[in-house]
Amino acid sequence: MLPQGALNNYYFPNNLHVDWSLMIVLYPYITGLVAGAFVVSALYHVFKVKEFETFARFALVASFCFGLFAAVPLLFHLGQPFRAFNIFFTPHTTSAMSIFGYVYSSYMVLVMLELWLVYRKFFIEKANSTRGLQQLIWKVLTLGVTQTSPGALRWDHGLISLFAGIGIPWAFVLHGYVGFIFGSVKANAWWASPLMPLIFLMSAIVSGIAMLMLMYSFIRWRSGKPYDLAAMRRLMDYLWGLFILDVAFESLEVVYMFYEHGHHWAVVGPLLTGKLLGTYAIGQMAIFSGVPLLLLGYVVLFDVPDRRFIKIANFAAFCIVIQVLLMRFNVVIGGQMISKSDRGYVDFHFEWLAREGIIPALMILAAPFVTYWIVSRFLPIFKDDAISSSAAGSQ
Amino acid sequence: MTQSTTGKGRRTFLHELVLGAMALASAGPVALLASRSRAEDASAKKPNGKEYAFVVDVSKCIGCGYCVEACAIENNIPKESVRTWVERYISTSDGVHVEAIDRPGKMLEPPPAGLMAKARWAAFVPKLCNHCENAPCVQVCPVGATFTASGGFVLVDPKHCIGCGYCIQACPYGVRFFNKETRVADKCTWCYHRVAKGLEPACVTVCPTQARQFGDRNDLSGPVGKIYQSDNWQTLKPEMHSHSRVLYLGLPREVV
Repeated sequence: MLPQGALNNYYFPNNLHVDWSLMIVLYPYITGLVAGAFVVSALYHVFKVKEFETFARFALVASFCFGLFAAVPLLFHLGQPFRAFNIFFTPHTTSAMSIFGYVYSSYMVLVMLELWLVYRKFFIEKANSTRGLQQLIWKVLTLGVTQTSPGALRWDHGLISLFAGIGIPWAFVLHGYVGFIFGSVKANAWWASPLMPLIFLMSAIVSGIAMLMLMYSFIRWRSGKPYDLAAMRRLMDYLWGLFILDVAFESLEVVYMFYEHGHHWAVVGPLLTGKLLGTYAIGQMAIFSGVPLLLLGYVVLFDVPDRRFIKIANFAAFCIVIQVLLMRFNVVIGGQMISKSDRGYVDFHFEWLAREGIIPALMILAAPFVTYWIVSRFLPIFKDDAISSSAAGSQ
Repeated sequence: MTQSTTGKGRRTFLHELVLGAMALASAGPVALLASRSRAEDASAKKPNGKEYAFVVDVSKCIGCGYCVEACAIENNIPKESVRTWVERYISTSDGVHVEAIDRPGKMLEPPPAGLMAKARWAAFVPKLCNHCENAPCVQVCPVGATFTASGGFVLVDPKHCIGCGYCIQACPYGVRFFNKETRVADKCTWCYHRVAKGLEPACVTVCPTQARQFGDRNDLSGPVGKIYQSDNWQTLKPEMHSHSRVLYLGLPREVV
């Protein structure tokens, strides 16, 4: 079925290629993981969700590792990556994209400040107990601040809460803003929706929580250490509730377009039942939303034995990280499948080794996990970590 | 005496503090407005007083495609993209059939007899950048590389563009493309380099039927000025409120 009474699939000649490719799918995905992971950390520091003490440092380190690579896909995508800093030097402030550099970098500074405060005491201890080059590195990390008096630690604690407090709205800004970049494009019927920032924000939070669950379970399983089941169960309570909201917003957008039956639906309807049938209708909504909603409902509402809980919750979390990846794909690529001619759709072709191909995308996606693994060799992340010292940070 | 001086000093200090704070607070919005209006400033300056418009008379276009070829040669366009193209619409009782001369030298096959038998009307519609007064591409460019120049030309600074492609997404008319050779955004400039020398755009020069006309819309003695004043023209996708400077005459309702 083609829109606007078209007899043949007609797309404008310059719409033949999908310009924003896999890298632009990956960029909001990684940014979402950053924001989502940070929220878990903040739930402990600001909203005093005591069970999340286990996750507080872990979530912050994970957020930092994802954050380091959030802008990398953009660099791969830019036609002129060496001019990337123009966005800082000559920001054109009428553009929704222009302040991304400032929002992103200020957010990273915030995360790094909080991370430094959390590990400050540990850095000082390491600087005092090592020699040579190692000592120098630890000393540099202390930034010359060597006070560990109870008063100084109280200050640290207060500042951590303050930064976490600022970080929550800032994480929301960071990711809601990514949604705004898409939602404010009036030329694209599939993107132009004020719900888009909300959808991006909710999906960011759930993808971050789900990814933390998967990482935590994997790390504990690999190290053979016990799971903090109370924390995991509480995390799944949050994940279920937030995922319900996320799916509700995603559905609302399409239901609204459908019921309105205007220009938007004329071009979006055939897209969702045509080229995006597999990735949107079946993938994103039916399987990868329906299954985790039911599974999480089951583990939250019923008294599920621990081993079964771990398996089901992780499977549900896996479904959610796939759901969010599909959502990013369906928005970014799906929107560009609609030609501006409004009378045709273009195909998207996956590439393997090209600059925006599957292999580079997988490598970028793997980078935060590799970074986390390296960081975890040097910093105590969980209380029972081997490298943990008696004063492993002040949480 | 000392107390009085101190009190005065404090008052002065407070006064200066308030003024300083106000200056600081206003610096942000002023800077914002300054950068915001850079593009608009450029369009406001009209050194020769001209405000250009491009007229496309649909009833005159014969679909020869010379314009597409002339544009590609004049502007050295990569093979896979075009700055201008010509669409052929055939409206039937079953729906609309559209094809385009979208490559230099491309000729359209004659429509199938079955389709023509059902045809209610047919037309050739040239397409090019609309050089919008309220251009979405200018608004969304994150670095200000796309701007409105004097006379109404919407241009891309290829030395400043970072190649993010946001302008390509924002253009409702699909006229922008990513130039794979220069690796920046590209589009029709109304042959700015020729107009600056007092020439007409290449596509206008080669059009055998004067379906394409270019000129100052405020010059009432010229054809473009007269058409503009007549207010009997249409624009593409008026619902986008981008205020196109390409004025169509006899534009069929079905054209998007």
